[in-house]
Parts: sequence; C-alpha cells; structure tokens
Amino acid sequence: MSRNKMIWNPERECAEREQMHDLQSRQLTSMIRRMYDHVPFYRDRLKAAGIEPGDIRSADQLKMLPFTTKSDLRDNYPFGLFTVPQSEVIRLHASSGTTGKPTVVGYTRQDIDLWAEVVARSLTMAGIHSGDTIQIAYGYGPFTGGLGLHYGAEKVGATVIPISSGNTRKQLQFMTDFNATALACTPSYAAHLGEHILKEGIPPEEIRLRAGIFGAEPWSNEMRREIENMLHIKAYDIYGLSEVIGPGVSMECDCQHGSHIFEDHFIPEIIHPETLEPLPDGEVGELVFTTISKEAMPLLRYRTRDLTRLHRGKCPCGRTLVRMEKCLGRSDDMLIIRGVNVFPSQVESVLMEMAETSPHYLLIVRRENNLDTLEVRVEINEKNWSDSIRELEGIRRRIEHNIKSLLGISAIIRLVEPNSMERSDGKARRIIDYRKQ
Amino acid sequence: MYIQQLSVFLEDRSGRLTELTRILAAHDINITALNLAETTDCGIVRMVAGKPQLARKVLEEAGFSIGLTGVVCVNIPDEPGSLYRILNMLTEENINIDYMYAFSNRDVALAVIRAEDMAGVTEALEKRGVKLLSQHDIYQL
Repeated sequence: MSRNKMIWNPERECAEREQMHDLQSRQLTSMIRRMYDHVPFYRDRLKAAGIEPGDIRSADQLKMLPFTTKSDLRDNYPFGLFTVPQSEVIRLHASSGTTGKPTVVGYTRQDIDLWAEVVARSLTMAGIHSGDTIQIAYGYGPFTGGLGLHYGAEKVGATVIPISSGNTRKQLQFMTDFNATALACTPSYAAHLGEHILKEGIPPEEIRLRAGIFGAEPWSNEMRREIENMLHIKAYDIYGLSEVIGPGVSMECDCQHGSHIFEDHFIPEIIHPETLEPLPDGEVGELVFTTISKEAMPLLRYRTRDLTRLHRGKCPCGRTLVRMEKCLGRSDDMLIIRGVNVFPSQVESVLMEMAETSPHYLLIVRRENNLDTLEVRVEINEKNWSDSIRELEGIRRRIEHNIKSLLGISAIIRLVEPNSMERSDGKARRIIDYRKQ
Repeated sequence: MYIQQLSVFLEDRSGRLTELTRILAAHDINITALNLAETTDCGIVRMVAGKPQLARKVLEEAGFSIGLTGVVCVNIPDEPGSLYRILNMLTEENINIDYMYAFSNRDVALAVIRAEDMAGVTEALEKRGVKLLSQHDIYQL
C-alpha cells in the first residue's frame, strides 16, 4: 500500500453510516447529560428549549437543540463553559481575540489525546509517517496551530522540528540541514518561504519537502498551485478552530475533493445563516459543530461563521467520513460592498490566475460620498514583470476586468513593489475596512 | 550589439527615486541616461548606468525590483535630421519602437531604443552602417 493510501484509524474513518450514527447518538446522549449536570449556561438553555437530558437519544434530534455562539463563549469568559473542575484541565489555549476578550479553551488529558489522534489521522492522510521530518512553523503558544500539530506529529512517530513561526532564514537552514520532508504553517507563510527559496537560489535538490499541511486562514486553489510549484510539494488543507479543538477538525485526503470531518468526535451541520434552519447536503450555509467526545469544554451546535457545504458521497480513498468543501470564507470576513457579498478568497483566485502578480494582496474598503469603494493592492511578481508601461497597464486592466466579471463590482487596482507588504507569521492581514473606523 | 538597461519598478511613494540614486551614488555607479515613465500609481525607471550587474545587486539588496533589459544605444550627430534618419531605417524594416529616450551633449547625441524585435533593430541599423554603442563605450562617456 502506498504511503498516501494509509489510514490511521480505519475502524472509525471507514465506518458504515449506520455504525457511525449509533456511535454519534450514544456520545451525544451522554454529552448532553454532562452539560446539563455541570454547566449552568447549558442547563438554562436546554430548559428554555423545554429539553431534559433524557429526551435526547439520537443524533437526529440535534436540530431540536439550542445553538452556541462566539458571544456565548465571551459571556462565559474565562471558564464558565467548562464541565470539569480545574484540577482536570491540563492545558489552556486562547484565540487571538481581535475584537474584545480572547476565547479560552480548556483540555483534559483525554482531550489532548483526542486532539493528537485527529491530527495523527490528518497527517496520515498527507502521507506523513514515522521516518518523516516535519517542520512545524505554526506559532507555538496560546494559538492552537503549533502545539496542535506537534502532538499529532509525535503520535505518528515523525521527527518534529518545533521551530514555531518567524525567522525565515533559520526556517530555511533547518529545512535544508535537517532534511524536512513536510512543512506545517499558514498558507501565506508557506508562500513567503517559497519566495525566499527562489530568491536565495537554494537548489531544489536541497529541499526535500514532499507535503505541506496548511490551514488557519482561507486560501484558494490557485494559491495552492502557486505554493505547490514553488516548494515542489503536494499541499493539503487542514481545517480547525480552537473552540472546537484546534487544527484537525477536518483534513483533505489524497483525493483532495473536500476535507473529511472527523465526525465520530465533531458532528457537522449546515444551517441557513439567517433562518438557522438545517440545510440539506450540497447546499451552502453556515457550518455548525457539536463536539461529542471532548471533556473539558464540549460545544453544543456551535456556529462557526464559516460558509461551506457537505458531501456524503463515497470517497475513492475509502473513508466514509463526511466531506466539507473548502470554506468560502468566514461570514465575518465577508465584506458587503455596494450590497454585494465579497470574500477575500474570490479576489485571491483572480490574482492567482495571473502570472504577473504575487499571492500578496490587501483589500482596502472606504466609503466616499456615501459610496463604497474597493481598492485592491497587489504586489507584482518579482520574476515576471515588464518594464513596458503598456503591459503594466494591461495587467491592471485585466485584474480590474476579471474582478468585475467575477464579483460584479469595480475595484481600483494598485500594483505595488514586490516584498513591500507586511508578511505574516500567523494569519495574513488581507482587509482594511475604513468604514468601521 | 545590446547594452543592458536597468529597469526599476517604483510604486508611487515619495522618496523612492531619491533612495535609488543614493544607493547608486554610495557604490560609485554613474548614470549615463535615465528616463522615468509613470502610470496612475507606479513608475518605471529605465536607466543606462555603469556596472549594471553591480547596480542590480546593490539595488536588489535594498529591496528594489530590478530587471535588466536589452536595448541599443546609438551615437548620432547632434544636428537636424539625424534622429529622423535612424528612425526611418527602422520604419523601412517595419519595426515598432516600444520606447526610447535621447539626449545630446555638445557634439554627441545618444538615443536609447527598445523594441519588441530587438534583433530586427540591430540588423536594420548595423547593415546601414550605424554604430551601436557597447557597454564599454558607455563607460567612456
């Protein structure tokens, strides 16, 4: 069996639908009981919905249960949603909290093991095993990226380089000297490393990377190809959010047509973002997760704000786990410009199709005379620009035209110098919205 | 014979051109000819300078985006009609010019020419006996 075809936990990942449903129902039932008994917030919510723990016997009854939102997490900051005493919590992570308080997530020892398990499944999907060397260039710290990947990588027996984010020069030195075969970081940082490799003329044979595990920010398929070409790897999308557990909620297999959700631990639903009604498979809506095996901080129908859709058709890889499409974006990242919904990922896909631009861009939204304006700043490609004004104007007009035809709105395009935009070690800053200031 | 012109992409930010010339000055690189073309929000500096490889290296290290473009440089008499004669040679061969810049100083006049069909330019001019300057000639100016 080729290494990319291996499955870490076939019993769970390839379970028959009925078997999975039984497991989900059992786990959900006991989780509702724990929530009701230990968390006043959930007890009040369930009572308000007229539900006693004994009422819930099947995963089909999920749709009767109340939702949990990010603001519920903030209102119960820091430990209000924990179901276990602090003595059982062995780790705390926290999200960046760009708007107000951070979101705190606690893990029991079993939660940490569960997290390592789902990341181990994920790495196995990307063909990473013992014998591989994985460079983890996600930030280590309260952010879940670094430590999340770390424990899963140790579990599969790979050699871990826990380099964390930043310090590009050292990243490249370790990558070449320690023969890293896999890289885990944000896609924008992967693109940044790729550019440096080209710039410094590091010979391709000194880079032994085979696979990249990228996530924590939305990225387009065009950006994927760009990174794959620069680093000569296969790039996999890993999805997760700290509230649910961190990276490893879902992961792409070798077939790369959607990410398999580890639904034996995290039950997904798609709902209409306004009516909150469940939507059938195949329809785009907001992704909602119920964690059914996490101990310290289980979540009931947690609204992720991520927009995507689910598919349950059989995957050629053999896994039966439901698949989610690449997120269109977070509903929080969605810009409404002159009444049109715009996701940064859509602009990115236009830019990535053009050889003359780079994956580094910034969207600036302003309101001038009561009219929204969108400015797109993009770095020209260092290796691929012309000194002819006519061609530069041509590039500008093509971007303008392609954005107009994709989004239906006009944008002002500004070409800027290569490497002039701030590079992120973590999540790239893609939007400045002056209307909010 | 081509000479290497340095092309620099500049975004519309004050002081960028000053910074560029400061770096060249610090490395004792002389600029023979310079042309600045601007679009709505960025500019292209094209210049013929001594030590083009060194110029490229030091500018790249300073974060500028540099391209080296092959151009021809012709030495023409500083008198009425001489530019016409050169351009007419190219027209006779159906060659379109992308851009050019020219200057004269006492009895020397120079024209820097860039076209899509650079081989055509060289051939058209050389077969009519026009001397194209070499990189070395530029040094001597």
